[in-house]
Amino acid sequence: MAKAALEWHTVQNSTPQPPLSLDNVHVSYATRKGKVQAVRGVTLDLLAGESLALIGESGSGKSTLGLAVVRLLPETAAVAPGSIQYRRGDREVEVLKLTKAELREFRWRDCAMVFQAALNAFNPVLTVWDQTWDTAKAHGWQDKKAVQTRLVELLRFVQLDPKRVIDAYPHELSGGMRQRVLLALSLLLDPQILILDEPTTALDIITQRTIIKLLRQLKEEQHFTMIFISHDLAIAAELADRVATMYAGRVVELGKSNDIFYRPRHPYTLGLIRAVPTVTGGFEQLFSIPGSPPDLINLPSGCKFHPRCAFATDRCKQEEPELATVGPAHEAACWNWQQVEAELQVKPLHRGALNVLADILPAAEVS
Amino acid sequence: MAPIIELRALTKQFGKGKETVTAVDAVSLAIDPGETVCLVGESGCGKSTTGRMVAGLLAPTAGEILFEGRSITKLDSTAFRRYRQAVQIIHQDPYSSLNPTQTVRQIITAPLLHHKKVKNQAGSESRALELLEVVDLTPARDIIDKYPHQLSGGQRQRVAVARALTLEPKFIVADEAVSMVDVSIRVSILTMLTRLKQEFDVTFLFITHDLALAKYFAWNGRITVMYLGRIVEDGPTQRLVSDPRHPYTQALLAAVPEADPELAHHKRQIELRSAEIPSLLNLPSGCTFHPRCPYSVDGQCNVRRPPLEAIAEGGRVACPVRQAERVTLLVT
Amino acid sequence: MGAIQGFFRSVGTTLRLMTYNKAGFIGFLSTCLILIICLLGPFVIPLDNKTKLDQIYQPPSAQHWLGTDHQGRDIFSQIVHGGKDVIYVATVAAFLSTAIAVTFGTLSAFAGGGTDTVIMAITDIMLTIPLFPLLAVLAAFIRLDNLTFLGIFLGMLSWAALLRAVRSQALSLKERDFVEAARALDLGNVHIVFRELVPNMMTYIVISFTLALTTAVYTQVGLVLLGLVPVSSSNWGVMISMAWTQGAIFYSDAMWRIMAPIAAIAIFQLSVITMTRSLELAFNPRLRTIV
Repeated sequence: MAKAALEWHTVQNSTPQPPLSLDNVHVSYATRKGKVQAVRGVTLDLLAGESLALIGESGSGKSTLGLAVVRLLPETAAVAPGSIQYRRGDREVEVLKLTKAELREFRWRDCAMVFQAALNAFNPVLTVWDQTWDTAKAHGWQDKKAVQTRLVELLRFVQLDPKRVIDAYPHELSGGMRQRVLLALSLLLDPQILILDEPTTALDIITQRTIIKLLRQLKEEQHFTMIFISHDLAIAAELADRVATMYAGRVVELGKSNDIFYRPRHPYTLGLIRAVPTVTGGFEQLFSIPGSPPDLINLPSGCKFHPRCAFATDRCKQEEPELATVGPAHEAACWNWQQVEAELQVKPLHRGALNVLADILPAAEVS
Repeated sequence: MAPIIELRALTKQFGKGKETVTAVDAVSLAIDPGETVCLVGESGCGKSTTGRMVAGLLAPTAGEILFEGRSITKLDSTAFRRYRQAVQIIHQDPYSSLNPTQTVRQIITAPLLHHKKVKNQAGSESRALELLEVVDLTPARDIIDKYPHQLSGGQRQRVAVARALTLEPKFIVADEAVSMVDVSIRVSILTMLTRLKQEFDVTFLFITHDLALAKYFAWNGRITVMYLGRIVEDGPTQRLVSDPRHPYTQALLAAVPEADPELAHHKRQIELRSAEIPSLLNLPSGCTFHPRCPYSVDGQCNVRRPPLEAIAEGGRVACPVRQAERVTLLVT
Repeated sequence: MGAIQGFFRSVGTTLRLMTYNKAGFIGFLSTCLILIICLLGPFVIPLDNKTKLDQIYQPPSAQHWLGTDHQGRDIFSQIVHGGKDVIYVATVAAFLSTAIAVTFGTLSAFAGGGTDTVIMAITDIMLTIPLFPLLAVLAAFIRLDNLTFLGIFLGMLSWAALLRAVRSQALSLKERDFVEAARALDLGNVHIVFRELVPNMMTYIVISFTLALTTAVYTQVGLVLLGLVPVSSSNWGVMISMAWTQGAIFYSDAMWRIMAPIAAIAIFQLSVITMTRSLELAFNPRLRTIV
């Protein structure tokens, strides 16, 4: 199928400043049982044109953080203290201080969120065209023809047949098709940043691959800046330039994809990677992380991961570590990161995979 | 040694007349005692339906299921009930597989007492505590009086396994048993199941859509791949994963996202001719995969249903066109 | 032993959960108060049966908290004594209709096939028969002076709507994994219906029970007012009926005589219905995390 070029998409790679900066962002909910601290001080810069993966399991705060950026959290959530700075061209705004009207503009023109393609992401009584036109109208577009042309181009870009999809209701489309429609809609107003929440979860394997290919195109050819939120390490490995692992509301490790996957320095990241199998990588013994995620109302003292950590020392029980540099463009929040490094010298990761690769590549990039 | 479970041309259809859906179409499979077999496929391929028929929860439309050599459809009701007790099932959703109004104690002691596996109430409690320890829910005394909503997803699955073990089954069907459990905990549950296999002499049929997990769990066993109700390929895991022969298996393995950047960037890309999965109401003729298959031969693939044939490297393949061709999954 | 402990624990939990909804808690307290007054009150406060012609239609005073009726008798004591029959009949009726609806509703859903068709056909017929005309016809043949019998009678005629609702709940519960697990464990249909399905429908059943209770109260009063039930004892319904036939609404002095029983019934109904708000919480297992 011919690929659309999305000529109207402008690339912001020339900006010296990162398009999105999170500074000490906190999110908490008030519940009957107490205050749930979902996000506890995340400081992060999203660089222009990069794909950042936020990886974590249930309770890590990754989805909450994503929703906080577009301010889609429920009323009971308090996003304070902290700030979220957004920059495009000459504009610089504090997202948390935008008015309702400004926020509506922000949410589609600057930063679009793509949700998991469950049926309830759509209004069941509106066709794809109706939803598109509604969104466009709400953002000031008057010209129906222009919107239609753009929609057709976007649908072709996501490899859907426009004739089939434009007048379809959500329940008439398969899960994979719905995810692609959501993606197309999010691109409608040419946002600078895309936030994708679990973009491939609950989809069949072959459909997942189509979405991944699409996202890769958006990344490599169209140079969109993207944040992927997922519990699935594989999507980070496939698409991300940088990976941030989150645990109990904080980023515990941040670095380039290869560094995270082959040279992790935080025990949680190490634990996650050792718990996930590959298909083509031969056999590798896997290990679970003992224990379970902490209660977000009554968090343990010191480092929140210490009850489950094989490297924990007394200091870990008392002081919570901050992110510290452990390598070039690589940070980890662990007092004992050097022990993790030492462990990996003895037991490197994915040895099976590297052996398999060594067979086909004359000089595989060995970690 | 006779297979413990054997499926012969097992078929299941739903609906009537024009609305008939063939969810499982003449599936034949034999599982030996102590073997680990994984049934994999995407949604709608019929793997769950097959699993439920094996567990005696769904009646087949045609074909036979043999348990220890005897056809279960020909059993009288007492013998059939004994069969159903010998084959247990673990469900996918830990949030709906346990009765929310019962404590763990009630959930586990109910089958023990009903089938008189223990002498009295006290006996049932100690056996329940034993079983909870077996599935690594320790300390068992802390767990036994909890309600399901007070437990995590992984803990609930373990309770479901303990419940399945109460009747000392010989065969367990695990239907996506870890799909809804946190990633970091999946492995410990799989390790527990492997241990059960050895300690209690239980044979497993592990149903999943996650190929990487299937490869790990059944590394020394077999994988059977299903598509739209039919088996397209099966064989020893190590062979199937490194040297798949059926184009669908190849596409599937190529499509799985890998949790390793180097592998991810060196995987072969296999383009299928169509992204659409045919509806079960309107299956393609001949080989049901032919509209999407890059190697489809007009006049053969769209006419005749390919037979499932054994190949020398181990296992069976339902593709006469490509069964002798090797395809590498990793490329430079 | 464990069962008794469990019972007390769940009573304690239930009481605590009642406090969660303010309105529900007030309703609960009010219902308890009314029950105590009506069931234990008659032992404490004697019924005033003496005719005192000099105290006809007295307004409320320290001696007569709700004033006196057309024969000078204390209305308050009549109210205290007049509740137990009404409540008793209503309880019997609600209990019976709920029991029929739950048993046959779940059976119908679970057994399916011919059993289901037959039960649903009977239910549909029952639903189309109007209650009061039927009662009017039957009253000609059956003596309804025995309280228990009246309760049973009402119960046998009002299960139809609840049965349909219970059946549809059971139909959806039937597909849940834990029911399939019970089948795989071969626990038997009786176990599945009563230990797996019914406990999960308790919210619904209890609320339906209370609504059946309130309906039965109104039905009784209606029967008395229509003269279909012989007036054998003094209860709230009879008090209203007598006051009505003797023209109490035409005299402002007689206001207390007719308003007292009406208010008593209304307060009772309101208490029970408001209590259901807390009952919902009590039986929803997901909310047990709070306790």
